[in-house]
Amino acid sequence: MDGSSMSEMGSILAMQGFAGISLFSVLLLMALGLAIIFGQMGVINMAHGEFMAIGAYTTYLCSHLVETYMPGFQSYYFFFAVAAAFGVAFGFGYLVELGLIRFLYKRPLDTLLATWGLSLILQQVLRSTFGAREVSPVMPEWLLGSMHVTETIEIPINGLMVMGLTVFVTLGVFLLLHRSRWGLRVRATVQNRAMSGAVGINTGRVDRVTFALGCGIAGIAGAAFTTIASTGPTSGSLYIVDTFLVVVFGGAGSLLGTVASAFSIGETQSILEFFLNGSMAKVITLLAIVGILMMRPEGLVVSKVRR
Amino acid sequence: MRNNRSEVRFNSKMRKSIVALALLVYGTLSASLASYAAGPPTAQVNTTGLAVTDDAVTVGILHSVTGTMAISEAGSVEAEKLAIDQINEMGGVLGRKIKIIEEDGASDWPTFAEKSKKLLEKDKVASVMGCWTSASRKAVLPVFEKNNGLLYYPTFYEGLEQSKNVFYTGQEATQQILAGLNWIAQEKKAKTFYLIGSDYIWPRTSNKIARKHIENVLKGTVVGEEYYPLGHTNFGSLINKIKSKKPDVIYSIVVGGSNVAWYKQLKAAGITSDKWNLLTISVTEDEVKGIGGENVDGFYSMMKYFQSLDIDNNKKFVAAFKKKWGADSVIGDVTQAAYLGPWLWKAAVEKAGSFDVDKVVAASPGIELTTAPEGYVKIHANHHLWSKARVGKWKKDGQAEVIYTSELIEPNPFPAGYQ
Repeated sequence: MDGSSMSEMGSILAMQGFAGISLFSVLLLMALGLAIIFGQMGVINMAHGEFMAIGAYTTYLCSHLVETYMPGFQSYYFFFAVAAAFGVAFGFGYLVELGLIRFLYKRPLDTLLATWGLSLILQQVLRSTFGAREVSPVMPEWLLGSMHVTETIEIPINGLMVMGLTVFVTLGVFLLLHRSRWGLRVRATVQNRAMSGAVGINTGRVDRVTFALGCGIAGIAGAAFTTIASTGPTSGSLYIVDTFLVVVFGGAGSLLGTVASAFSIGETQSILEFFLNGSMAKVITLLAIVGILMMRPEGLVVSKVRR
Repeated sequence: MRNNRSEVRFNSKMRKSIVALALLVYGTLSASLASYAAGPPTAQVNTTGLAVTDDAVTVGILHSVTGTMAISEAGSVEAEKLAIDQINEMGGVLGRKIKIIEEDGASDWPTFAEKSKKLLEKDKVASVMGCWTSASRKAVLPVFEKNNGLLYYPTFYEGLEQSKNVFYTGQEATQQILAGLNWIAQEKKAKTFYLIGSDYIWPRTSNKIARKHIENVLKGTVVGEEYYPLGHTNFGSLINKIKSKKPDVIYSIVVGGSNVAWYKQLKAAGITSDKWNLLTISVTEDEVKGIGGENVDGFYSMMKYFQSLDIDNNKKFVAAFKKKWGADSVIGDVTQAAYLGPWLWKAAVEKAGSFDVDKVVAASPGIELTTAPEGYVKIHANHHLWSKARVGKWKKDGQAEVIYTSELIEPNPFPAGYQ
């Protein structure tokens, strides 16, 4: 780059590396909830983006309440807002499973339509409740701005926060699925529903909690995104395509695949954006994904399940 | 909505009988009829079968109330309704009360075309206040030209259009861009510019005009020009590129949800107004409400109107708007331009002494509005408005401080040397 010295080039390179990892963690956080719902349960949940929006609006409500009633609490409320976002989205997901999804497990294509309809309804409900304009939760001062690592390297603090949250949630999901009794029951139900029922697992309950958990994680993702992007009735629909892309490309059913896929998409995109431009980066990334999926229809990591 | 429609159907029946009656009586007893309605007789002011009765005239409002664009168009609907209310309080147009038929374009361009067809062919509205995006305007344009309708279009846009059937109450590209660029080149001694936009027609056309002006008139350099898909929310790489090129001015036309992500991430990456100049033509008070004032603090917007504008016209307008739509409401540039539509139409109808579209169009050029919240506007023969350009500096509370006001600028939708 003309006009920059070598050390500045180095700083830009470091910040660019961070930009790639930051995009990776955003994609991963979005995809985790869907990896559980779509990957484990096989439910095509088109309303996933709206669960993120619910999380985002919960954060907004929290910030509003704190601002009105406990201004002194402003600096720390965000962690509670994230927990609230999880809780609200979890509860709502639980109800949706109970009222809608559980009747459609044997009809996957109908779930697609039903959840898409649900997403339209939710968008309009959000619009009628909060108004069509985008809203912005008041962020604690420490979350804004950047950290000066050196004179020229500046790292966004909200990016770091999203990254931390992603690591935390990913580890949590991994431990839950692979190291807990509950995870064992989920995996058993996914592999063979009839047999799981026969050995005494309440499969209906497992489904309900699994779906709700996926939605709850979407809520956390939504809360995290309000710090770096927008909160509007339709902002969920901005993310839904990328989310499915990550899960399908990674290989449905594999947590490791989701991580690998988010990493490769994030890095490819941010490197291409740096050397080309935004629209071209998107086109080339998508073309590459299509090409790879043609060669590996199962995605990056194939989970070995006997059918 | 349903009520409105049945009312119109009823009115059109009533209108026919009244027109017949009026024609009968007009020849013999024209003097006694004058006491019937405050305005001139219907047969005289409406010769083309529009929805005009002795005491009412129907107009359409066509914006997106649902879908992605509802965010932006909500303010325009509010402003248009406010203007119509105020006109009715003053006694209406030619002694007739304005009735509204509201249709929803639903952020979908074919729906806009369909609804405009309904408004013009079935409801026979005398004029339509509506559309926001250029795409929706392009979709309804053939319908308005075929049915000889009348559209008042409020948004600042890329120019390169002029139709007999449309009045453009927002500014075209040269009115918005050139004055602002001149200002920043002079004030900040800016020589290098980085142009950024969302990837569609308005940002691309506007940046083309900006680039020509920077290179040919200001003798500056464009060090980068980039477009990102609508809805893009990750600007990390772009921000690094900007840091490596160190432009004097970041010139931005990012829109919609991307806008919010863009400014939050700029702030997070340390691009703030103490070290950088950012000039945008896509941020009004409406957008700042979503972005958050602290994220655009000290950046500059080029508009013709800001809510904080310190003139009497505007203080009255802001007070009336807040009274009708709530103390929390914010008013952006387009909202003000939408407010002008009904008033300009009223003035033209009264000058023409008729609701007939041809006569209203012929009477329009030269009409002045001294009560406009932005100060003063005048309709040009090319159907755009003479207006001033202003630069606002954003503050943390989401309002802008107006730091520069240009002279009145002549609209020029087909600028020579900028194509």
